[in-house]
Amino acid sequence: MSALQKMMGWVDDRFPLTATYKAHLSEYYAPKNFNFWYFFGSLALLVLVMQIVTGIFLTMNYKPDSGLAFASVEYIMRDVDWGWLIRYMHSTGASMFFVVVYLHMFRGLMYGSYRKPRELIWIFGVLIYLALMAEAFLGYLLPWGQMSYWGAQVIVNLFSAVPFIGNDLSIWIRGDYVISDATLNRFFAFHVIALPLVLIALVAVHLVALHEVGSNNPDGIEIKKKKDANGIPLDGIPFHPYYTVKDIVGVIVFLMVFSAIVFFGPTMGGYFLESNNFIPADPLKTPPHIAPLWYFTPFYAILRAVPPMFGSQFPGVVAMGMSIVLIFFLPWLDRGKVKSIRYRGPIYKIMLALFIVSFVGLGYLGLLPPSPVATIIAQTFSVIYFLFFLLMPWYTSIDKTKPEPERVTG
Amino acid sequence: MSQEADGQKVDTRKRKFLIAATSAVGGVAVAGVAVPLVMSMLPSARAKAAGAPVEVDISKIEPGMLLTAEWRGKPVWVVNRTKEMLDLLAKHNDKLVDPNSEQPQQPEYCKNATRSIKPEFLVAVGICTHLGCSPTYRKEVGAEDLGADWPGGFLCPCHGSRFDLAARVFKNVPAPTNLVIPPHQYLSAGKIQIGVDAKGA
Repeated sequence: MSALQKMMGWVDDRFPLTATYKAHLSEYYAPKNFNFWYFFGSLALLVLVMQIVTGIFLTMNYKPDSGLAFASVEYIMRDVDWGWLIRYMHSTGASMFFVVVYLHMFRGLMYGSYRKPRELIWIFGVLIYLALMAEAFLGYLLPWGQMSYWGAQVIVNLFSAVPFIGNDLSIWIRGDYVISDATLNRFFAFHVIALPLVLIALVAVHLVALHEVGSNNPDGIEIKKKKDANGIPLDGIPFHPYYTVKDIVGVIVFLMVFSAIVFFGPTMGGYFLESNNFIPADPLKTPPHIAPLWYFTPFYAILRAVPPMFGSQFPGVVAMGMSIVLIFFLPWLDRGKVKSIRYRGPIYKIMLALFIVSFVGLGYLGLLPPSPVATIIAQTFSVIYFLFFLLMPWYTSIDKTKPEPERVTG
Repeated sequence: MSQEADGQKVDTRKRKFLIAATSAVGGVAVAGVAVPLVMSMLPSARAKAAGAPVEVDISKIEPGMLLTAEWRGKPVWVVNRTKEMLDLLAKHNDKLVDPNSEQPQQPEYCKNATRSIKPEFLVAVGICTHLGCSPTYRKEVGAEDLGADWPGGFLCPCHGSRFDLAARVFKNVPAPTNLVIPPHQYLSAGKIQIGVDAKGA
């Protein structure tokens, strides 16, 4: 036995290092037919690590104080060595996190990755998405620019639409009667410690659940049903080295895109960093046009599409909340005989296409100032969005499906 | 309910009771510790004390112009309304949600046609009653983007709510109620105090 083997043995007697490595990497058998859409899970993990690392370095110079915050961000940009790079990596990372997460979720929709036995993976995933939205919203207040301030003002006021307790609830969230230093300070605490801990824990359980049941694949069939004499799935290959190597290719392409944004267009024409946020927060003056960042706009458009009822904005807030809550129930709403879109009938394909058009359309409308025509289009898209979920038990069960293959196809 | 273990009888009922009782007592302790944490997020004593009244010099506001003052961290507008502006106020009551200010969005002494103490001076909190943006002052009658029948007023940039020059909300916009008129009083002809109720009014 070599010295290294001896040392590994010493560790393994005290900590399951080799066993963990085998269970999650070298002897975790993933379906051999993963395609392009399977890059985004590992990319999301990469962005999470980047956000945590750049975030730690940003806190070294950032001041969570309403009198100092805006200037401290400018200080990072101008006077801290490489501060501009760290901050642009963090701001670009926020938007790119949502890009990869949206693509990752779309993959799940296409191949039925949320179906039995992966319901919990899906639920943990939707919780990650919720935590991510909270994290992004809280972080957006920190630069204390005009959009930070008025965006937070609008979102916190959504809570005041809750009947009876709303007003006290929004005061409790702000810690003041208006968005103020107290609000900035607590948002900082939630952004840098509370939610990152929640996110890391959720990512861990998401992965543990995934490795327990095994990955789905573009054919939506279970590879564990056909095993060889050693109990290894016939269509499975070890995650390491096969998929680690494949994912590195994805990482390289992703980092090329990421670097191009960081170096050549960190504001992305106002979509990643809004121009009004380069003006310090002014509690007395709302910018002429305010819109949330692009990753929130589909839900913002749903909020605006619902008119006030009984003198209250609450129905719009409920609709916005429901649009996210419904995603949790997807595993039980889908009654299709097959999982993957490859073997689904035309109805599901049309519904999914309409859903994507509506989601993207709502996202676009949410960026625009309100107008009567835009409101009617947004209302149409909102109805389609909800019908995709609410009619799913019906249209997936009557849809004409094709037979699934016995083994995975290319 | 009992089972054998190492030749001894185990009273599982007692065991279940003890587990439930321990969990309940522990839960009470967790809830007790959570109370101070939750309460610490309420406005601090300093934040509560910060609502002092402010004095505003209104003698230099020219007719038709708007001055923004800060009170409790919120914008408070003072508009010196001209005769023409005041004349237009009564002509669009049918388009308003609450033309007679029935909702308690103003002190008693401002529950009148102009929602003010002196007809020419409007004093209002410049925070939209929808989601808290600050509306923009749009005094030009019949502004191109607001329609030929626009009587002058305020437009919220966030969600398009419209208010007239008495800060009353128009129908079919997201904002449910008129803008708030804060308590205020005249210290002299050219000076008002915001945050204190008018004496003897």
